[in-house]
Amino acid sequence: MTPALETLHRAWQNPRGRAGALVLVAVAAAALLAPPLLPDPLAQPDLLNGVNLPPGLGHPFGTDQLSRDVFARVVSGGRISLAVAVLAMALSITLGAAIGLIAGYWGGATDIVLMRLVDGALAVPRLFLLLLVLAVWERVPIGVLILLIGTTGWFATSRLVRGEVLRLREEAYIHAAEALGAPRRRIIFRHLLPNTLGLLLVAATLGVGEVILLEAGLSFLGLGIHPPTPSWGGMILEAKEVLVTAPWVGVFPGLAIVVTVLSADLLGDALRDSIDLWRA
Amino acid sequence: MGRWLIRRSAQAAVTLVVAVMLMFLLMRAAPGDPLSRLSGDRPLSSREIAVLRARYGLDQPLLHQLGAFLKGLLRGDLGVSIEYGRPVTQLLAERLPASLLLGGTVLLVNFSVGLWLGSRQALRRGSAEDRWLTVLSLIGFATPSFWLGLVLAWLVGVHWRLLPPAGMHSPLLDPASGALANATDLLRHLILPALTLSLVSIAATMRYQRGAMLEALRFPYIVTARAKGLPEGRVIWKHAWRNAVFPVITLFGLWLPVLVAGSVFVESVFAWPGLGSLAAAAVGNRDYPLLMGASLLASSLVVLGSLLTDLAYAFLDPRVRLS
Repeated sequence: MTPALETLHRAWQNPRGRAGALVLVAVAAAALLAPPLLPDPLAQPDLLNGVNLPPGLGHPFGTDQLSRDVFARVVSGGRISLAVAVLAMALSITLGAAIGLIAGYWGGATDIVLMRLVDGALAVPRLFLLLLVLAVWERVPIGVLILLIGTTGWFATSRLVRGEVLRLREEAYIHAAEALGAPRRRIIFRHLLPNTLGLLLVAATLGVGEVILLEAGLSFLGLGIHPPTPSWGGMILEAKEVLVTAPWVGVFPGLAIVVTVLSADLLGDALRDSIDLWRA
Repeated sequence: MGRWLIRRSAQAAVTLVVAVMLMFLLMRAAPGDPLSRLSGDRPLSSREIAVLRARYGLDQPLLHQLGAFLKGLLRGDLGVSIEYGRPVTQLLAERLPASLLLGGTVLLVNFSVGLWLGSRQALRRGSAEDRWLTVLSLIGFATPSFWLGLVLAWLVGVHWRLLPPAGMHSPLLDPASGALANATDLLRHLILPALTLSLVSIAATMRYQRGAMLEALRFPYIVTARAKGLPEGRVIWKHAWRNAVFPVITLFGLWLPVLVAGSVFVESVFAWPGLGSLAAAAVGNRDYPLLMGASLLASSLVVLGSLLTDLAYAFLDPRVRLS
């Protein structure tokens, strides 16, 4: 088995990791497949007498102040939140891996300049980095939002990868490959990258949870996904108006965030434990 | 120690300069400029826009603007807030004490309760209590602070009426009613925001302490202490804990950014008059000199926090400053 597969297998053996993986798959499947079966999340079927209905048979999570079905909105909001999180994370991981490999393997001035830049970027809390760009933007397109979240998420990963590359660079098989005259490209892609995959897998899984929280926070501040498109953070913002009269409107999107992020964190932890076991 | 101190401080200064340039460029990366969001009720005429652009220096080339900003920064001038029409530094200084009170309380809670719970977990490793505490702290970690804040404000503040749901002082309380009444009032307002911020962040301290304590319990000197027949309480708290609590200092620098970002949400949900709610309001008003000032202060706190952490570590552990 390759190291990455081995890591996955061990994480699956861990009950908490397995629970996290199963819930995550269920949430993703619901977000991907269920929306066509549910009421239109934008429809306002019964605006005159169906607003703020408590959870019941017709509407499992109730309806909001515009009589929209909260369950349908939570599910299709999940589709958006998950899509943003996965795509932004993929971008962050790619950038983090590339820059970590370059800094670690090239070393010297390249390494010093890149790591000073990363230090500076890490000094600004990520939320503020995004607020600074988004505050001026009228309505940020979702593609740009993904791009911005992705490009502000690679700093810590690049440091991790760099550290790992510095360690691997001294391994006998890397020295052997260099002595055989293997080109840099081959050393990086055949020898170094595969050995950082486990690390990247952990960073990606834990990062998905972080990005879901970040996007929800931005949407809650009115800067991420814009209404009427449902998103978990945006729904909580809208629910503020009816917090006292119809708490379910805001409670369910929040619970959806907790369940999804918790599953990602549990899976990420299990993956990390399995890597530590494998290394030991 | 002297040379190490100089090198580490220079590094912190470089970090801060890079951070400032990054923030400045990011803010100007969005299309249009801050004035395009400023028109308010009526559209500005092109002449008005030209005058305003000249006043804020937006008609200058980008590098020139960056130079002007850095020059002002060296004189302690962060510009004038668009919304309030007052110097940004003044606004930030007014809001700093409330944030320090909230942040300090949260740090105190996390480092006392978090260290205690983390140690308990390590001592009862693999027990049901250990597993439950891990899962509970992870649930807190996965919870959006603004949502938890809203739920607590609604449940405790509005539904049960146990604590005030917002603000820092009761508007009805006579300020002349004595120090004790005022302090009690402040404390009652502090509980919900501090609890929210602690619940979402305590997992890190617990996990770190649990790991450090487990590590410390494996050292040979623990076996020696037990072999000498010392009482178990003494072995744990005098020998293991004292060594385990030490690496947790590094968490302080690591978690400062998280607290700063979390306070943006928690302070605005609870209308706590600190820097976080000021930053959130600046976002809502597109008040970009103020937002820049708040971000700058946040980054300075982060850099300073990590510098102080390293200093404390070097002071306590000679191995760090010798290497």
